[in-house]
Order: sequence, then structure tokens, then C-alpha cells
Amino acid sequence: MEYFVQQLVNGLTLGSIYGLIAIGYTMVYGIIGMINFAHGDIFMIGAFTALIVFLILGAMFYSVPVVVALLIMMIVAMLLTSLYNWTIEKVAYRPLRGSFRLAPLITAIGMSIALSNFVQVTQGPRNKPIPPMVSQVYNIAGISVSLKQIIIVIVTVSLLAIFWYLVNKTALGRAQRACEQDRRMAALLGVDVDRTISITFIMGASLAAVAGTLFLMYYGVVVFSDGFVPGVKAFTAAVLGGIGSIPGAVLGGLLIGFIESMWSAYFSIDYKDVAAFSILAIVLIFLPSGILGRPEVEKV
Amino acid sequence: MAAQPLLDVRGIETYYGNIRALNSVDVTVDQGEIVALIGANGAGKSTLMMTIFGSPRARTGTITFAGTDITNLPTHEIARLRIAQSPEGRRIFPRMTVMENLQMGASLDNLKYYDEDVEKVFHLFPRLKERIAQRGGTLSGGEQQMLSIGRALMARPKLLLLDEPSLGLAPLIVKQIFDAIRELNRTQGLTVFLVEQNAFGALKLANRGYVMVNGRVTMSGTGKELLADPEVRAAYLEGGRH
Repeated sequence: MEYFVQQLVNGLTLGSIYGLIAIGYTMVYGIIGMINFAHGDIFMIGAFTALIVFLILGAMFYSVPVVVALLIMMIVAMLLTSLYNWTIEKVAYRPLRGSFRLAPLITAIGMSIALSNFVQVTQGPRNKPIPPMVSQVYNIAGISVSLKQIIIVIVTVSLLAIFWYLVNKTALGRAQRACEQDRRMAALLGVDVDRTISITFIMGASLAAVAGTLFLMYYGVVVFSDGFVPGVKAFTAAVLGGIGSIPGAVLGGLLIGFIESMWSAYFSIDYKDVAAFSILAIVLIFLPSGILGRPEVEKV
Repeated sequence: MAAQPLLDVRGIETYYGNIRALNSVDVTVDQGEIVALIGANGAGKSTLMMTIFGSPRARTGTITFAGTDITNLPTHEIARLRIAQSPEGRRIFPRMTVMENLQMGASLDNLKYYDEDVEKVFHLFPRLKERIAQRGGTLSGGEQQMLSIGRALMARPKLLLLDEPSLGLAPLIVKQIFDAIRELNRTQGLTVFLVEQNAFGALKLANRGYVMVNGRVTMSGTGKELLADPEVRAAYLEGGRH
């Protein structure tokens, strides 16, 4: 039982990171109906930016409180990845809007490769480790919970709360939902659709950047190819939850996190990625609209 | 009447691919008028309404609104000049509540006049008040029509474009909507340009009217003149439909 609860805690941690990334996939899909395959690499760039900021902070100051360091890493990572994602949308996706459906998808795969190769060339192909930032581990009723895990869950929950408020309670969120439901009508009401789409890419990138920073803190290492596997898992999470649904992305992220940690614990850790990706195939076959997704037929 | 029309459409041609949907269309709407555009299905009426908003864009011709050339402005900037439309098919945001749909209409002023204006809309369409928390997609056709018009009014428009406000509605509701349009025009001087297949109702409501056939304006005149015209009568008024 303790072992099981331990896995739940681990799954929750992983799932939080996947959920944060998955929101970016699902929001972009919701608003322009394309899968931004470069989103995983945006996450990786977020992690790399956090790493670079960490090294700079370490070189400049004798000691920085961990909370302050994390905060600065997150903010810089958010700004830089937002700039990347904003630029990608503007130069690579926007000109293809109105083109055939596969065109932006193919371009997105191209952007994904371009980004990871860019990082490989500029940062080198090897793993980049950092010394552990936080190492406290608490023992609660036989279950070990690390401070890292607590930070991840707290950051994720507060970010989701802010994000929920933005989407559901502000004029910006309303404009985003309007564009998602009927872009042409939104324009008739004075909504600048292009700008709203840009903001959506920025929001997705910001969440991915935070996920990247947390990922770096948790594993203490990042490599140029790290966009791929977590990216596809987050994409799986978005599909499982129902692509286009924001609560679905969070739910899907948590489920993938749980499945992965349970599989590693009870079956074979070598096959944990296989398990996660099998879910993608299974969901696409048996539950194509996901858990909280709307069936495609409803779209008129 | 103003020296310059509020809306001046001149020599507009709009294409869908290679198909010409509008063929050198000239239409003017003066400040304070109600103007009706009537015609059969597929005549290009809705295309004209959307072309005014630059979506699709006119290939030739000019559209001037309140002295500004809007022919090539982006759609949202045209809307910001205070032209509002209740478009073909109503286009309610289905997964937003009635209130959110109305808030979308009021977004030009950042909801500054929302409380004041929403009361006016509820005065016109009390039914919407009862449905305030309901999702747009769950409303009946008539309620969606009211919401679509209400949403357009929330923008405080100088010009209101209505695309078939009577489509698919019970006669009683049609009357209610036409009464509401007349009241807005009379009390607030709202300028209205409406498209209708319900030619009889529209021409009775309107100061002036245009008849459109196959993407061309073939006839124009006051509402009364068109109602009395034998050709118009034969084509649009008799034969059971009104």
C-alpha cells in the first residue's frame, strides 16, 4: 500500500509537468486546429534557458536563495520561449493558414527538428547536468516526498489557477474562446484574431517554460533531444484528455504520469515509454475524442 | 438626410474562386434609415453583408463608411468603426453563456457600458434575461436570433447589419423582432441595413429597398414603391410566401 501511494506521489509530480506542456498543445489545437509539434522543443528550450540562467546566477553570486533562483529561471525561460513560439507562429504557421491541413503540421515537424538541431549545435550534444538545487526529502508515514516534488505540485497548481482565471474570467480569455468557437464571428465583433492567436502561442510557451524549469530542477540534467519524449508524452496526454479541452489536458497529463510511474514500479522501467505511447494508439482507436473532448460531429 | 451616405457601396465585385458572387453592386444607406435588401436564395445578399466586413474581400469597387474607405481594412478594424452584424446563421458562440455572448458584443468598449446596454437588450428581448446563464448552443432558434441581434446592439453600432432576422422563426417572434428594429430606429436613430427573404415584412419596415438577382441589384426604390411594383409582387410577394 505504501509502495502504491509512493507511486501516486511520483506520478503526480510527473503528471504535473506533462499537464503543463499538454495545455500548450491543446490550446493551439483549439484555436487554429493544428498540432504544434515544435511545442516539445519549446519545452526543451525552456529547460535550457533555465539551465543557462542557473549557471549565470551561480557565477555572479556566491549564494542565491533557491526560491529566488527558481523564480528568475522561470521568468527568463518564460520570456525567451514566448519569443521563440511567437516568432515560429508568425513566420512558419501564419503564412500557411488557409492552406491545406497537412501544411502547418509538416512545417511544425520541421520547426521541431530545426529547434533541437539548433540547440545541439549551439549547446553541444551531451547531457548538461546541474548540481542539485533542492535535496530535502520528507518522510510522511513511510512515504518519501521530496521538496522538489512539493515545489512542482505547488507551482503547477498555482499556475493552473492563474491560467484558469485568465481563460474564463478575462476579456482576453473570452476573446480566445470566441476565436476557438467561431473565428470569423469573433472578427466581426472587433477581435483581432491574429493577435489573439499570437497570445495563445505565448501562453502555451510560458507554461512549457515553467515545465522545463521544473523538469531541470527535478532531474538535474537536460539535453537537446529532451523535447521529443516529454513532448510526445504531453501530446498523448492532450489526446487522452480530449484535444482542445484545457481541463482534459491537465487530467490527461496526470493520467500519463500515473500510468508511467505505476508501469515502472510494477512492470518494467525499460518499457515505460512504450506503455505511455501505447496509450496514444489505444486512445486514438477506441476513444478518439478523449475523456473530456467534444465528439467531432458536434462541430457544425 | 446627410449629404454623404453613412454607407456607400460602389461597384463591388466579390468572387468565390472564379465564381462571381457580386456583380458591380451599388448600394447606399443614409444616416437614420432602414434599408432592406431582398432577393431569392443564393442571390448574393449575405455575400454583400460579409463583403462590407471585408470577409470575403471585394475584388473591385469601394466601400466607404462614414467617410472612411473601408474596402481593404481588416475585418476587426471595420467592426471597430461601429458597424455591427447579426450574420447569416446567427453565429452564436455555442459554448459560451448568453451573458458571455453579450459581453463579446460589448468588447469594443471593454464592457464599459455593459450594465447599461444589457438592460436595453433585456427590455427588447426579455426572454434573454431568463436564459442568461444558459449556453448559446442550447437556445432555441428564436432565442439565438434574439441573442445575435442583442449581441450586435451591445457594440453601440452606428450601422446595424441584419442578415435574415426572420429566418426560421414563428410569425409572432418575427413580428416582435421587426417591432424591435422599428423601435430602435425611431427612438435611437439607429441606421439599419437588413437582408430578408421575407420581402413583405422587410419592405413594410424599410424606408428604402433594393432587389438583388444573381449578384446584381436590379431594382431599387422606397419600400412602398417596391411593394407596389408588379414585378416585385410576382417574384417575391405572391405565391404564398410573405
